Amino acid sequence: MGGVLPASSGGALSRPMRLVRLVLFSDYLVLALTVLYVAALWFAVPEIISPTNLNDIFLQVLPLFVAAMGLMMVLLVAQIDLSATSIMAMSCVVGASIMTSQGGYLAGHALAPVAAVLAIVAIGLLIGVLNGVCTIVFDIPSFLVTLVTMMFFSGAAIWYTAAHTNSGSSIGALPSSFLAIGYGGIAGIPYAALITVGLAIIVHLMLTRTVFGRWVRAVGLNPSAAAISGVPVKRVVIGCFALSGLFAAFAAVIYTARLEAGTPILGQRILLDVIGAAVIGGVSLFGGKGSVIGVLIGVLFLSAVDNGLQLLGLSLSSVYAIKGGVILLAAVVDAIRHHLLARG
Amino acid sequence: MSDLLLKVAGLNKSFFGVQVLRDVGLELRRGTVLGLVGENGSGKSTTMNILGGVLTKDSGRVELAGEEVQPASSRDALALGIAFIHQELSLFPNLSVEENIFLDHFPKRGAGIPFIDRRRLRDQASKALELVDLKVSPTTPVMRLPQGERQLIEIAKALTRQARLIIFDEPTTSLTARETERLFEIIGRLRAQGISVIYISHILQDVMRLSDDIAVLRDGEVVGAGRREDFTVERLVTLMVGRSIDRLFPEREPSQGPGGAALSVRGLSQPGVVKDVSFELRRGEVLGVSGLMGSGRSELARILFGLDPYSEGEVRVAGERLPPLKPRLAMDRGLAFLTEDRRGEGLMMEASIADNIVLPSLVERSRGFIGWLDPTGLEEAARDMAERVRVNARAIDTAAARTLSGGNQQKVVIAKWLLRAPSIFILDEPTRGIDVGAKYEVYKIINTMVAGGAAILFISSEIEELIGMADRIMVMGRGEIRGFFERASFDRETLMSAALWQ
Repeated sequence: MGGVLPASSGGALSRPMRLVRLVLFSDYLVLALTVLYVAALWFAVPEIISPTNLNDIFLQVLPLFVAAMGLMMVLLVAQIDLSATSIMAMSCVVGASIMTSQGGYLAGHALAPVAAVLAIVAIGLLIGVLNGVCTIVFDIPSFLVTLVTMMFFSGAAIWYTAAHTNSGSSIGALPSSFLAIGYGGIAGIPYAALITVGLAIIVHLMLTRTVFGRWVRAVGLNPSAAAISGVPVKRVVIGCFALSGLFAAFAAVIYTARLEAGTPILGQRILLDVIGAAVIGGVSLFGGKGSVIGVLIGVLFLSAVDNGLQLLGLSLSSVYAIKGGVILLAAVVDAIRHHLLARG
Repeated sequence: MSDLLLKVAGLNKSFFGVQVLRDVGLELRRGTVLGLVGENGSGKSTTMNILGGVLTKDSGRVELAGEEVQPASSRDALALGIAFIHQELSLFPNLSVEENIFLDHFPKRGAGIPFIDRRRLRDQASKALELVDLKVSPTTPVMRLPQGERQLIEIAKALTRQARLIIFDEPTTSLTARETERLFEIIGRLRAQGISVIYISHILQDVMRLSDDIAVLRDGEVVGAGRREDFTVERLVTLMVGRSIDRLFPEREPSQGPGGAALSVRGLSQPGVVKDVSFELRRGEVLGVSGLMGSGRSELARILFGLDPYSEGEVRVAGERLPPLKPRLAMDRGLAFLTEDRRGEGLMMEASIADNIVLPSLVERSRGFIGWLDPTGLEEAARDMAERVRVNARAIDTAAARTLSGGNQQKVVIAKWLLRAPSIFILDEPTRGIDVGAKYEVYKIINTMVAGGAAILFISSEIEELIGMADRIMVMGRGEIRGFFERASFDRETLMSAALWQ
């Protein structure tokens, strides 16, 4: 036999088996499903492709996409970050408390929005680093570490909001220069979209064209081999957690600008969406595999499902159940792919 | 009853349109050992997997004690009395010895009662352990046992199932010399009890020593079979590769002799690992490192490369001190390290050949603070290197390392280090589990490097290989250096006894 096993060619696999493989391994399976889904719903609820609705989906997609890209970074090194949404909550209430005109620390100051955004980003980065350090230095499974940080910062965000407001539910009255991120734009393109596209391009280039990106994949595929090849494995993993925190913070900026308030329940219900979008988009839970395009497709799919089901008039609980099922299916497909590959 | 236990005739098997077995025929007599040799991919494992019920045949006939059999699963095969002891042992490290032995046939407290009879379990397990001469408590968790003893447990497991035929696939790869001796003794005992054995190994000396009969496979065909007396190691090699390799080791270009010290190690100690290790590795030299498993040779390699700590001593590269635990720095000073665990530590099996080759060189081949890469340039460099070491693959940018044969995978690991043009190359078992042809090519690569002035630390369990390749051999045992031998005084027995000496 030659050097390459014939399995990779799939030349003599039976036809149905080949089709199954083709479908399972296709990068655009999910995109095709999204289009099919929207087309199918079009008959039942034509308003799904109305400009208003598409605009709704579009604005919904942006922050979810940003957070899912961050999550992809930790999934690439075969870790998980459950704290992404708590990072959003914590950072946004702190940011809002700085710039709110109702007794904010820098209320009325021209640079208040800048300081607030910097604070949001810094908090995201810090919590991310904390997750990474606990996971790597103390060797605690990231599942547990981020579950704990999720609980801690969810609680902390509520406490912080209560300490800074009378109502205790959210911090509003944000300066208009900040809200412009959510509503303003250049030539009809919202700033939020520009920021998101910019971040997506950066992440894409980082993964494909930089040493760090290659290192991330190497650590995800085989940490021992990576370490022996001179990859600073621990720093790479901590870096990925930091990026996850950072991107959760970016998502928080966009959400807060849209909601016009910092609230501790920000993103409370989207944790599953963030993880689900990444997994549906082909980011492997086993590490090493994933792309920005994939995540984008995953986000689009999940948002289309969410939106379509709501237009159909399904209750929130049914939407939840169906979304959960879809994400489980994606995880199963990922596992099957992984085992098919391992088997050769 | 005939003397023949197993008769295989006209066995054919194809995978994905490629015929991997052609009309294979084998005969195995009761109470004898059949040695089965062949290069990787010659069809040994496929044949054995058919016997063991892992694969099904396309056509042909398998007779066990005169009856045609067709095991559909390994459970089936076991019921027929065929036990297959795989290269990678299939024990559960977290379970005890007795639980592993009786995992699929626990003695019950009575028919239909789903409770395990612990006492009978223990008694039967003790008896089985006696058969393989293993003195451990049946309640010991398997993870506490060394590799060699785990293998004996596999054998004990087979014996409790009344195996008539036991197939060993490369059983000695992870055994120490002493464990190997013990295994051979047990095989002899099995043979005396009338159990037949098929023994597959790359180590031809062992096959010659153990077997009553030998069969040689090449490209899915039996190219030679007969009594052991009809074969010599040289003839086996010729049959296996289909051409005559008069020399197993390539001639080295005469060099100007070793140069100055590339690597000098003084008084290196780490409690329980290595003790007072001092040696010098010179430019243009192959320093062989011999020793049993657990002698500290692989551990020494890991310390030198900065992967593991040491408490005392120093390592100097070209006269300059190398701080501990800095693999990146070791690499920057010209060190390269091929580990003994190709799958676990050498390669990213799911990544492409090119991605594997460039991984250690990314930093040097990037630009600017952000580490900007040029994918086309990287791929060209990888392709160039893959061609130089003759990796046999269709597409290095898309084919995953997983799809390659063992020999080609090893060449990829070598290529990834050669791309850094190392001046000191630590090779830990570079030819383990690869076929004769690929071995020869690895040796040639080593010689080319040495001719270019590189220094090689060549760790190997195969003494012949060190005798054939090294300028000097350093023998290690229990973490200490037992002695140095110059090329003129290389001798198998002396080296062996130096390693075994307590």
